[in-house]
Amino acid sequence: MCSLPVPREPLRRVAVTGGTHGNEMSGVYLARYWLQAPGELQRPSFSAVPVLANPAATAACRRYVGRDLNRTFTSTFLTARAHPDDPYEVTRARELNQLLGPKASDQAFDFILDLHNTTANVGTCLILESASNVFAMHLCRHLQLQSPEPPCRVFLYQMPREETFSIDSVAKNGMVLELGPQPQGVLRADLLTRARALVAAALDFIQLFNQGTAFPAFEMEAYGTVSIVDFPRTDAGDLAGAVHPQLQDQDFQPLLPGAPIFQLFSGKDVLYEGGPTTYPAFINEAAYYEKGIAFFQTEKLTFSVPALPALAPAPTPAP
Amino acid sequence: MSSCHVVEDPIKKVAIFGGTHGNELTGVFLVKHWLENGAEIQRTGLEVKPFITNPRAVKKCTRYIDCDLNRVFDCENLGKKMSEDLPYEVRRAQEINHLFGPKGSEDSYDIIFDLHNTTSNMGCTLILEDSKNDFLIQMFHYIKTSLAPLPCYVYLIEHPSLKYATTRSVAKYPVGIEVGPQPQGVLRADILDQMRKMIKYALDFIHNFNEGKEFPPCALEVYKIMEKVDYPRDENGEIAAIIHPNLQDQDWKPLCPGDPVFLTLDGKTIPLGGDCTVHPVFVNEAAYYEKKEAFAKTTILTLNAKSVRSSLH
Repeated sequence: MCSLPVPREPLRRVAVTGGTHGNEMSGVYLARYWLQAPGELQRPSFSAVPVLANPAATAACRRYVGRDLNRTFTSTFLTARAHPDDPYEVTRARELNQLLGPKASDQAFDFILDLHNTTANVGTCLILESASNVFAMHLCRHLQLQSPEPPCRVFLYQMPREETFSIDSVAKNGMVLELGPQPQGVLRADLLTRARALVAAALDFIQLFNQGTAFPAFEMEAYGTVSIVDFPRTDAGDLAGAVHPQLQDQDFQPLLPGAPIFQLFSGKDVLYEGGPTTYPAFINEAAYYEKGIAFFQTEKLTFSVPALPALAPAPTPAP
Repeated sequence: MSSCHVVEDPIKKVAIFGGTHGNELTGVFLVKHWLENGAEIQRTGLEVKPFITNPRAVKKCTRYIDCDLNRVFDCENLGKKMSEDLPYEVRRAQEINHLFGPKGSEDSYDIIFDLHNTTSNMGCTLILEDSKNDFLIQMFHYIKTSLAPLPCYVYLIEHPSLKYATTRSVAKYPVGIEVGPQPQGVLRADILDQMRKMIKYALDFIHNFNEGKEFPPCALEVYKIMEKVDYPRDENGEIAAIIHPNLQDQDWKPLCPGDPVFLTLDGKTIPLGGDCTVHPVFVNEAAYYEKKEAFAKTTILTLNAKSVRSSLH
């Protein structure tokens, strides 16, 4: 496994983004609050910057206005010439790339923590591109130890050889915090409190690292994307059924071949005919209907994560 | 006719509306399914018409395009001169009024069921607009009894200022069906099954009534709207506190003066004021943030209905 190099300098430039999807309300509300009262994001070695990523979608309480912002941070969109007909999110992605990037440059932010909600029953889900990100894996470990209930699972979304496209990919390093279930456009106090505590714990971890703490090696389970499963559909492309009651809300629970996955409106069941046991995730997420995703099939993997060495003490300035 | 009996004409024309709000998916998909295969909603001698009321909002999976369709069936909007400049939903309301009304006329449909979902934890809910309607009280009593032990609540929206001009009000007997919790844009099989049962029992009731069955006097517990409560807001109109965890998901349960209602981000709890116990409904409904309604306060009443039977027998 090829590991991403671990940081050799303190992380000074950190951003916490909310409202990347304008109807995922924990991040929207927290980012707005922190823009007024940023004290909570300050640590001795850095002050995290709150960013309301998609203000137009947030104002409209929609996921996006023109296109999904969180699929727009690719070189095609970021480097193309600006055009008056560009969707709002393409323009906004370029602005955010200026503010937090440029992507893949030395000037980019050190870390972006992006806050999301899902209608799926994922509990607390930490999303990384891949397990080769040793620093982020240590951060996940720290969060798991800090908040054992509900289970804090690690989801690796990157398909092989795919270009990164999400807002956190603009920074040198990043992670997504995904909490559910919460309907779009709804603020639940329990999820808001949990998101806030997890952000505080993540900033504490960065502070520990910055002040020279070393973190030992460990083994960790994570769920890696294998494939996606669409809803059963009619010839016209409409839904022909719903997620089966036995699968609904069972994110990350083992799904065995022969178990029902959909219930057709006719009353008939559709069974899982896949080969091995799979661990479905993001079951019945509202925003994925249009993407043709009823759930992700994942595999449960175990990773040996190497130690995160302490930063070398900063050289004492000459008198 | 004795004073404790109501004899009514048999029911001839019934409509089932889905997609009045385009992102409340249970009604959308039940109606679409019944348009393809309507055997389960047909009853002998009865015309039952499934209908998608806001197709453009359904296509976009949004509550509405220009304005809330379920608030524009008043004389003013229905009487506006048809023009391309009118909001889409007002034009659509006039079409629906033409097809299923006209509202308040002899030609209108007898019963319209309008299928809705809420993000609130309201379970199976029937919405009643008129506390003196013996026929609907009898029908709701029948549905409630048939669904037991699954709870089914009746929300009475009769109020001088809080009652609103619903899509279903085109019919002589308007019936709102509201099942939750379900996020907008999500279809849950359990919620679908519950709504499907509510419609089945409603149609069974109508069928029995048309067949001449007499329904004896009954009593029905209802939750009558008293007041809508907005979120605390700051000087810019932004929400300054959210539903307290103790109140979240507690629709229909008693809420007493002093009980926590809202929570601010500074950790301050805002309790219920006043001096009477209320029963909150539509707690934290997504679509009501813009309507400035965090929840509605209700009070419990018992309605008594006379015996009803059809005049043909």
